[in-house]
Amino acid sequence: MNFFLQLFINGISIGFLYGLSAMGFVMIFKSSSVLNFAHGELLALGAFFFLAMVTWVKLPVVLAFLATLAACFILGFIIERFFLRPLIGEPLIYVIMLTVGLASMFKGFMLLFWGGNLQTYPDFLPAFLGIEWHVINIPPVYTAALIIGIMFLILFGLFFKYSSQGIFMRSVADNQKAALSLGVHVQRVFALSWAIAALVAGMSGIVLGIINGINVHDLSAIGLKVFPVVILGGLDSIGGAIIGGLIIGLLETFTGGYISPSLSDVVPYVILVIILMVKPYGLFGLEEIERV
Amino acid sequence: MRKLNFHPCGNYKERYEQEITLFETDFGRLWSGIGIFSLFAILPFIVSPYFLHVLNMVGIASIAAIGLNILIGYTGQISLGHGAFIGVGAYAAAILATTLNVPFIITLPMAGLISAMVGMIFGIPSGRLKGLYLTIATLAGQIIIEYVLVHWETLTKGTMGITLPRPNIFGMELESDLSFFFLIFSCLVVMIWFAVNLIRTKYGRAFIAIRDNDRAAEGMGIPLFRYKLLSFGISSFYAGFAGAIWAYYMVSITSEPFTLGLSVEYIAMVIIGGLGSVSGSIYGAVFITFLNELLRWLTGIMMNIGVLTESGLNVAPLREFFFGTAIVLFILFEPRGLAEVWRIIRSNFKLWPFAY
Repeated sequence: MNFFLQLFINGISIGFLYGLSAMGFVMIFKSSSVLNFAHGELLALGAFFFLAMVTWVKLPVVLAFLATLAACFILGFIIERFFLRPLIGEPLIYVIMLTVGLASMFKGFMLLFWGGNLQTYPDFLPAFLGIEWHVINIPPVYTAALIIGIMFLILFGLFFKYSSQGIFMRSVADNQKAALSLGVHVQRVFALSWAIAALVAGMSGIVLGIINGINVHDLSAIGLKVFPVVILGGLDSIGGAIIGGLIIGLLETFTGGYISPSLSDVVPYVILVIILMVKPYGLFGLEEIERV
Repeated sequence: MRKLNFHPCGNYKERYEQEITLFETDFGRLWSGIGIFSLFAILPFIVSPYFLHVLNMVGIASIAAIGLNILIGYTGQISLGHGAFIGVGAYAAAILATTLNVPFIITLPMAGLISAMVGMIFGIPSGRLKGLYLTIATLAGQIIIEYVLVHWETLTKGTMGITLPRPNIFGMELESDLSFFFLIFSCLVVMIWFAVNLIRTKYGRAFIAIRDNDRAAEGMGIPLFRYKLLSFGISSFYAGFAGAIWAYYMVSITSEPFTLGLSVEYIAMVIIGGLGSVSGSIYGAVFITFLNELLRWLTGIMMNIGVLTESGLNVAPLREFFFGTAIVLFILFEPRGLAEVWRIIRSNFKLWPFAY
């Protein structure tokens, strides 16, 4: 039972991180229908930028965190402006391959400066965040991840509900042509959604880096694991991304704990194929209906 | 003797046969004859051994890239699992040759067929899915196959890898790069011939119809699922065939090269070469293979420059960086690839000194 509980908590926390990483992905897809294969690299870029800020520039942690978020925001803008905007209206394969190419560029860039070894942040989290209760032992990083994650969820919820830009973004996601005809600047919305998605990715990258250490290859592998998560939750549902993340995280830790650790890497993708065959639009995704 | 065909100064086609003819002019026929002759009779004897090896890799990559172009460029189904299908072919050949002692000449098509079967299994989602959902399904296929190749240890020997025997055709042992050159390029010529003609048949036209508008194609009586599966099958046959030759050429194989990265490399070949063009896939294969070799050579040189190694920078990943940059630049500036560049150059020659 103890083993089960520990696995359960591990699964929830890993799943929450998956959900958090998937959020940015869903945001891009929802507003501009771009499948972002460079998402893992965006996570890694955020993590490495934070590392550079903390260890090289030696900023205090809070400032470094804010600087990283700002840098990611700008990076998202740049990516959209220079790479994705020329491809609006082009066939799907070009858009997909462009993000794949970007992923390769970012990866090479990061490997050039930081190499493929595991790097870690200096320990800066206060110890009181850790929870020890009977058999349950939650390290402080997970609590911090939970707090940061929930904070971001609430902030984004408010942003999308009340701010004008958030409402524009929702309108574009809902119906691009109608939004365009009502005077929404669709291109600006695309740019903003890339920027926000990169910001979220950077944030999740930092959290992942605190927990597992920072390694380019591991973080870009998480970028691929986003796919089962978003398909399960529904490609265009932010809440679905979190729930999908939790389910995938739980499944992964339980197969890892009870069946075989090596199987846990491939189980998400088996689930992915099954979902695609049974219910391609996921749990909360919007079903596309084609009319001839 | 009939009259020689030259480029007409307008569109004077009267019959469908003229529309689908392979060589529009006798000039093209002559040149491809000269090309094949010099490929087999001159080229292998004048190049250096290293260059011969690179050429062999180009040939193998071309076979697989043509297969992928049939799937992506002609049928419009994006697959991220091509690298895994190449791996399936390589492992099928290795297992057939070592445990079952199947002769070389049968192993190659058998490996292709096994790969085609696996490809069709992973093409089944195409019955329900299209566009990016199908892409994600093939991504899952790639990762699942990769996992199976590493972990089905009784069959694939896991990370140990398998060593293949020397290939043997009718008592003749293929050992040198030169003999492999003849094998690879004669296979390539047959594969090109098949692909080019496939596109002209009912099947090829059905593929193109599915790519252009799947709903209209279904309305015209093309059974979508069957043709998509067929396309997956043919494409993976090419992949498996290339993988089998690769396995023999490399002598020993492990599951290491058949990753998502390989799939991406092949899609890059198809895009850089030109989607929906058989010759384009070959240009792409040449471009990517030479780019890889060039980058390897460059990083080799840069590693020996003192200033760079002392600065603590790690130059090896520059390869990945430039590879990504090449893909991005092609998509942004010439999305129709090298085939289009070549067409523009040719028509410039034809029309010069006029603009059009």
